[in-house]
Amino acid sequence: MNVPPPDDVTAGWWDATREHRYTLQTCGSCGHVQHPPRALCTACSSTVDLGFVGASGGGVVDAFTVVHRAPAPGVAVPYTIARIRLAEGPIVLSTLDGEDWRIGAPVRVGWLDLDDGRALPVFHR
Amino acid sequence: MTGVAIVGAAECDLGSTGKSTLTLQTQAVTRALADAGLTLADVDGLATTGVSRFSTTQLAEYLGLEPRWVDSTFVGGSAAEMMVARATQAIEAGQVSTVVISFASNQRSARSRSLGGVVEEHTPEAQFETPYGPLYPLSYYAMAAQQYFHRYGGTREKLAEIAVAAREWALLNPAAFRYGAGPLTVDDVLAAPMVSSPLTVADCCLVTDGGGAVVLTALDRARDLRHPPVRVLGYGERSTNTSMTAVEDLTVTGARESGREAFARAGITPADVDVLEVYDSFTITAALSIEALGFCGPGEVLDLVQDGRIRPGGGLALNTSGGGLSYCHPGQFGVLLLVEAVRQLRGEAGARQVPDARVAVAHGTGGILSTHATVVLGVRR
Ligand SMILES: [Zn+2]
Repeated sequence: MNVPPPDDVTAGWWDATREHRYTLQTCGSCGHVQHPPRALCTACSSTVDLGFVGASGGGVVDAFTVVHRAPAPGVAVPYTIARIRLAEGPIVLSTLDGEDWRIGAPVRVGWLDLDDGRALPVFHR
Repeated sequence: MTGVAIVGAAECDLGSTGKSTLTLQTQAVTRALADAGLTLADVDGLATTGVSRFSTTQLAEYLGLEPRWVDSTFVGGSAAEMMVARATQAIEAGQVSTVVISFASNQRSARSRSLGGVVEEHTPEAQFETPYGPLYPLSYYAMAAQQYFHRYGGTREKLAEIAVAAREWALLNPAAFRYGAGPLTVDDVLAAPMVSSPLTVADCCLVTDGGGAVVLTALDRARDLRHPPVRVLGYGERSTNTSMTAVEDLTVTGARESGREAFARAGITPADVDVLEVYDSFTITAALSIEALGFCGPGEVLDLVQDGRIRPGGGLALNTSGGGLSYCHPGQFGVLLLVEAVRQLRGEAGARQVPDARVAVAHGTGGILSTHATVVLGVRR
């Protein structure tokens, strides 16, 4: 799987995945939690005090779709893509096992280890 | 209400043309000018996208122009509607006199469209979304449809009516890709191959070559030209997201504020609209836009479109060309929404003419419900 390398802002988030720790960027000034990581807080505009705080790894399915046509040659179908609403608030994208899903279903984070030592979070039942 | 009008409108060749993008652009621009009774010598402003990195500059040089004003606002399928707003302001400010807005592509001939979309490695989406393999843009619209069904109890059958009605209009439009293809039924839509649930191939727009252009100038100048001027009455826009995870509620789009501002500027309400041209990249795109624009309340659009209401002769004249679903979809379909609106307001639409059309709305949508722009047009009869 090709996941582009981290950049200056996202490196800390990806580093935590090496230890299978799910973190979320959190503003030390106002407490806002956001994803993906950014060079500023979108709630209070602070550009300092932004850190990665351990998250619960839990959420619910916000919306999903079963993909039946491959986005690129060699990708096996069908598979399920979902928006996951994390317990902390932000919405993230993930794949889900199987096709039998419903909106509102609870999910927990799991990990898919990448060749470079990072891990991709993948949510499951 | 503004002091600017559309005075020329035309399509380039549509369908499967075997022609280059610049040839199709040239057709669109020169045909729209001929329609207006103008020539390239009259043009001092140009707006386009999809040609190259320097799209408008590239096209200007190709046409032999050194424009006083350009715009290459790159926002996907709402670009042409945003360009009408920018051009109107520039004309009213006296910076430019006559503007051509164009778009054309040969995406069918060039086989340049991919289900995964274009990935830019430096964006957050490349790190946090693309690795999961969503179809882009399709899977986002599919999730919006799923969420809408879940919230309001809508069904695939009811949504399919948007594709069925688009085909009925296309059967009246000799320029439509599906003209002569025969009617489409709800069962046809449901039985078509699933692409990203709940959307099938028949919920998705065509992939064709094509494009078009419109010509704008000040109203006092427009009165001396070939056709009665089609006035720009109002405009509005919203840009909301590039990722699949930024927008909290997938069932409400930027069309709500875009439309509200455009209607307020024009001094109209949805009840005043005779012809509604909304971007139908997918059936759900049109549905969400109609609802967000205020033609019904939240959760009501799938009932609104039933009972033939959006088919020819129904109460809401929607996508009278046959739309992106059955007429033409070269990518960035927004300019062709304007072309059809102009034809309807001039009474030139032949078998698909909406009787006594005086107010038309063109509403473009770009990306993954990312950008939204509304233009209100009108004629005096
Ligand atoms: Zn903050």
